[in-house]
Amino acid sequence: MIRHKIVLHFPHEQVDKPIVSKLVRDFNLDFNILKASITPREEGLLVLEIIGKEKDYERGMAYIESCGVTIQPLSQDIQRNDMKCTHCGACIAVCPTDALFVDRESMEIGFDDEECVACELCIKVCPPRAMEIHY
Amino acid sequence: MGKTIAEINERIKQGEAVVVTAEEVIDLVKKEGASETARKVDVITTGTFGPMCSSGAFINVGHSQPRMKISHAWLNDVPVFCGIAAVDIYIGATEMAEHDPLNEVFPGEFRYGGGHVIEDLVAGKTLHLRAESYGTDCYPNRHWEKDLTLSEVKEAWLFNPRNAYQNYNVGVNLSDRVIYTYMGVLRPDLGNANYSSAGQLSPLLNDPLLQTIGIGTRIFLGGGIGYVAWYGTQHNTDVPRGEGGAPTRPAGTLSVVGDLRGMDPRYLTGYSMLGYGASLAVGIGIPIPVLDEEVVKAAAVRDEDLVAPVVDYSVDYPQGTGKVLGEVTYAELKSGSIRIEGKDVPTASLSSYSRAREIAATLKDWISQGRFLLTQPVELLPCDAREEGVE
Repeated sequence: MIRHKIVLHFPHEQVDKPIVSKLVRDFNLDFNILKASITPREEGLLVLEIIGKEKDYERGMAYIESCGVTIQPLSQDIQRNDMKCTHCGACIAVCPTDALFVDRESMEIGFDDEECVACELCIKVCPPRAMEIHY
Repeated sequence: MGKTIAEINERIKQGEAVVVTAEEVIDLVKKEGASETARKVDVITTGTFGPMCSSGAFINVGHSQPRMKISHAWLNDVPVFCGIAAVDIYIGATEMAEHDPLNEVFPGEFRYGGGHVIEDLVAGKTLHLRAESYGTDCYPNRHWEKDLTLSEVKEAWLFNPRNAYQNYNVGVNLSDRVIYTYMGVLRPDLGNANYSSAGQLSPLLNDPLLQTIGIGTRIFLGGGIGYVAWYGTQHNTDVPRGEGGAPTRPAGTLSVVGDLRGMDPRYLTGYSMLGYGASLAVGIGIPIPVLDEEVVKAAAVRDEDLVAPVVDYSVDYPQGTGKVLGEVTYAELKSGSIRIEGKDVPTASLSSYSRAREIAATLKDWISQGRFLLTQPVELLPCDAREEGVE
């Protein structure tokens, strides 16, 4: 079993088509929607956690790409600018997954991007604006 | 047995001074006792780094040709105070850039304000000055625009009316909606508790009766050198105190001053508080001269002994009811969870303890290397508890 977090970018003409549901029906994959939005230009953005067999995942992703949807791994999308972070901890109050955490020994703030679900709550809450989105 | 500041300075000059941080002194006193520690140690260094809204800088931008008596001015579009002499201005940390939407789209982001201007200036960036005036016989110029940097202005001093609060509230939210405060985002129904003090490392909590820190005390300020100028605004020492004399409510404050040249944006950082406004995070480190055993005992205070009040920021703080929901120690706050009204509430800090540590360690290095001498305060700060004790 594998578990991947990915970001899907849907072009304008694909936004109204049922593409992702096929992952369940035809490719035996489970998914958890972490974020979904349609931009003012009607392009779609979907952040998914996908669970299934490696082989099914590869076939499913090949199908998604064949529909003109681009796939990006999630972990690159929210990054911390270490030059800007002052290790205060304001982000700790809002992070829902403990991707941002306090190392109680050093009292520094850690960021585990594997745990991050890109909810973006930390982006505006960070006083020195050290958390950055790179979609 | 007692030491004078002059004797301690002699030892610093010889490179013989024994300097420890306010964290290190805790273990030392535990191991060797207060009297032995007082004999051995000369200076205890403290540190704090957090948003301090009552901050700003005086800048003399130099004269234009022809001369101008500036009546309105902006630095990078952030309005500055001009109600003093011709080309003296004051930039306040919380002033927002003109045309910022503020909280019109709630919660506002407050991306660029006075705190950011000060950070940019200290970082050596070029700022844009725009100035207007009505014109006089001696100052005929009515409009002036100029790019300037820290090295080009005549003088630039950080001058903060209220910094280094001795203790502070723990903010929580009892309402059923998210609130956006200067204590950060507070989630509904006691969703989180935010605090803002370095606790056992915080300067004024290590000198609870203000017996050593006074007017003229030389300090680490924003990465450079500064001085305590006066007591800070809202300085209030008539508060409940714990066993060692440390206040259990927000109490003493400092007004500090220092040359921006020599400061470092690492310790002077513009902050944007969502839904609230802009601010400036200031790094301050204060040396405590070990004059006697009492000074050591006070500075050996631990997070376990320091108590902060928990205050509701949905009603009690904004309405000024003065109600305190309970008290917690800084040890509990730093553990990541506190218990309020029967509920376990996760904590978050607005003050950076790791950077406070870095500041206390830096000041320790400066003093150990003989680069930073202590000053004798011209006058101690007002403190009811100390003055009553003296009588």
